[in-house]
Amino acid sequence: MLSVTWLVIAVPLASAFLLLLAGKRSNAWGHWLGVLASGSTFVVGLGAFIEMLGLDAEERATSVHLFSWIPGDALNLDAGLLVDPLSLTFVLLVSFVGTLIHVYSVAYMEHDANRRIFFAYLNLFVASMLLLVLADSYLLLFVGWEGVGLASYLLIGFWNHKREYATAANKAFFVNRIGDIGLILAMGLMFTYLGGVDFETVFAAAPEASVGVLTAIGLTLLLAACGKSAQFPLQSWLGDAMAGPTPVSALIHAATMVTAGVYLIVRSAPIFDGAPDARVVVAIVGAITLLLGALIGMAKDDLKKALAASTMSQIGYMMLAAGLGPVGYAFAIFHLVTHGFFKAGMFLGAGSVMHGMRDQVDMRRFGALRTSMVVTWATFGLGWLAILGIPPFSGYFSKDKIIEAAFVGEGWHPWVFGSAALVGAGLTAFYMSRLFFMTFHGKARWTDDQHPHESPKLMTIPMMILAVGSAFLGLILATGDRFVTWLEPVTGHAEEHEPVIAVPVLIAATLVLVALGLLAAWRKYGTADVPTEPPAASLATIAARNDMFQDSVNRAVFERPGTHLTRTLVYADTAIVDGAVNGEAASIAKTGEVVRRLQTGQVRSYAALMLVGLATIVIIAVVGGN
Amino acid sequence: MNPIAFVYLAAVLFAIGSAAVLLRRNAIIAFMGVELMLNAANLALVAFSRIHGEIDGQVMAFFVMVVAAAEVVVGLAIIIAVFRARQTISLDEPAELKG
Repeated sequence: MLSVTWLVIAVPLASAFLLLLAGKRSNAWGHWLGVLASGSTFVVGLGAFIEMLGLDAEERATSVHLFSWIPGDALNLDAGLLVDPLSLTFVLLVSFVGTLIHVYSVAYMEHDANRRIFFAYLNLFVASMLLLVLADSYLLLFVGWEGVGLASYLLIGFWNHKREYATAANKAFFVNRIGDIGLILAMGLMFTYLGGVDFETVFAAAPEASVGVLTAIGLTLLLAACGKSAQFPLQSWLGDAMAGPTPVSALIHAATMVTAGVYLIVRSAPIFDGAPDARVVVAIVGAITLLLGALIGMAKDDLKKALAASTMSQIGYMMLAAGLGPVGYAFAIFHLVTHGFFKAGMFLGAGSVMHGMRDQVDMRRFGALRTSMVVTWATFGLGWLAILGIPPFSGYFSKDKIIEAAFVGEGWHPWVFGSAALVGAGLTAFYMSRLFFMTFHGKARWTDDQHPHESPKLMTIPMMILAVGSAFLGLILATGDRFVTWLEPVTGHAEEHEPVIAVPVLIAATLVLVALGLLAAWRKYGTADVPTEPPAASLATIAARNDMFQDSVNRAVFERPGTHLTRTLVYADTAIVDGAVNGEAASIAKTGEVVRRLQTGQVRSYAALMLVGLATIVIIAVVGGN
Repeated sequence: MNPIAFVYLAAVLFAIGSAAVLLRRNAIIAFMGVELMLNAANLALVAFSRIHGEIDGQVMAFFVMVVAAAEVVVGLAIIIAVFRARQTISLDEPAELKG
């Protein structure tokens, strides 16, 4: 199966094109073709996984040569796939969660006239995402990178007849372009200083390259990761991206695409190994985002936007772990996988709630849904316990390891990063519990036309499977350090480091903070009445409700000066360039006005002029001749 | 007889011709003025030919006569066409080319 891994890209891509080209005649079966294409990727991925398990740890990286892509002297690049434990982890995550979400979407999008196109886009996304993680060069990765960006844009704006949804899609696209510039610059630097853009060449040349070059490459890669993974300061698009249908939010904007930045950082480990400064910046960005996302999540009343803020915050954890170096790589990916399960599960739960509540997303209009949506409540609850990090659910094994790893090191790093991760855990407990209690507990605050009901089986079964994963995946993968050992061929063996605070103390502190956050949320949103209108709040809450004014900051710092600059340039163009051209034309026209008078139309005056002219010529000839 | 007198005569004829072209409004008269100027030029050419004892001027005079004959045909045709269109042969009447 390893040698035919290319099928996982080709099959969904072919399915996407078939669905787009076949038109309305495939409306009846198009969605099942989409499910089948996605399911087949999981089968191939699973086959490759089983085959890889039979190999020794050192032989687990398989290169699959596809074709000679850019032949030439200066840049000789082959298109190929790199199947190793890291990429295979992603293949399994993307194809498994992706297939479940495909199944879920069959029911969720049942009444949408364009369901077939939706599945075509979903297939396109799966193909691009798998290309992104399987590529063996940065350039091929970039193709997948752009592909997922395109799919994300198409799916956020899937209901683009609503103006603000179309705007949200554009916003996501533009912000992602800024990140893409980072990746392009990184590739340019690699090509100039490291001699190529394929992983093999780059990673072989990285240890000899100067620290400055590696830092520059690392920072540009970080810019790319920030754009794709909605990290500070490019995080503003993720909240608006919730305009897309909820399965899209679950698959693309929670479980898979937004984690591509983490993948990029971990994959580029040899570069960051030589650039400690860039690595610290990665950790700082992760720490800022995890706190920022948590604070925003605490104030949002929109169910999906609160989950989006949570996603941002959790990816902040992964970034922080990736910025810690070899000690954190495996945990970054571990958290990425468990997060993929519990966050996708919770998003599907949110979709189920919206399905039963006439597309309401305002949590102040929910409450007491536990009794009418038992399956959704139970599956969401397992995801909630997992993200809180309560043992033995999966978040405990992944997030607490990140907190421990953040406390490893010397100087100020462990204290700053560790405290951020620790505080973030408490905040996470608060905002996720708030979200959970506001939705499922307390008093019913429904509007009159809402009659909550459980979703159909096609939706609840994927939720149950993801909930089982949220509950047990962490335990299964953490037992005997299975996951860390599995990734070791890629991330390298990390020496055991002692955190600056003893591990049992850290675990206790984390659990106490989580319990405090949970209790605070229970007292405020579980037992007390929740007003249906957001109450007047402190400045901090208002800031958090408005995404920390990120849009205003962007507008003031980038958009306004940009607008002024272009206006000035347009003015200069009109005044100077156009002025010169138009002035010349005007002066010629004026000359013409004057010269025109000579044309009287009188035959005799022409004759007189000719005579005068002739006489002048003769006089000049005669006088000049002497 | 001194041949230079023919040159003076040619100059006088040329002046009369050009005066007719410039001063008269009647197209036929103006046209006659043009013919007079051409013949004045012919006379001058022949006179110079005689003065210099060379035959070039006389050859040139023949060319001018041929051109003048053709020019008469075209010129009169234009005058008749203008007359048919406007019922007048005044030179001041058509002024469509005024800028």
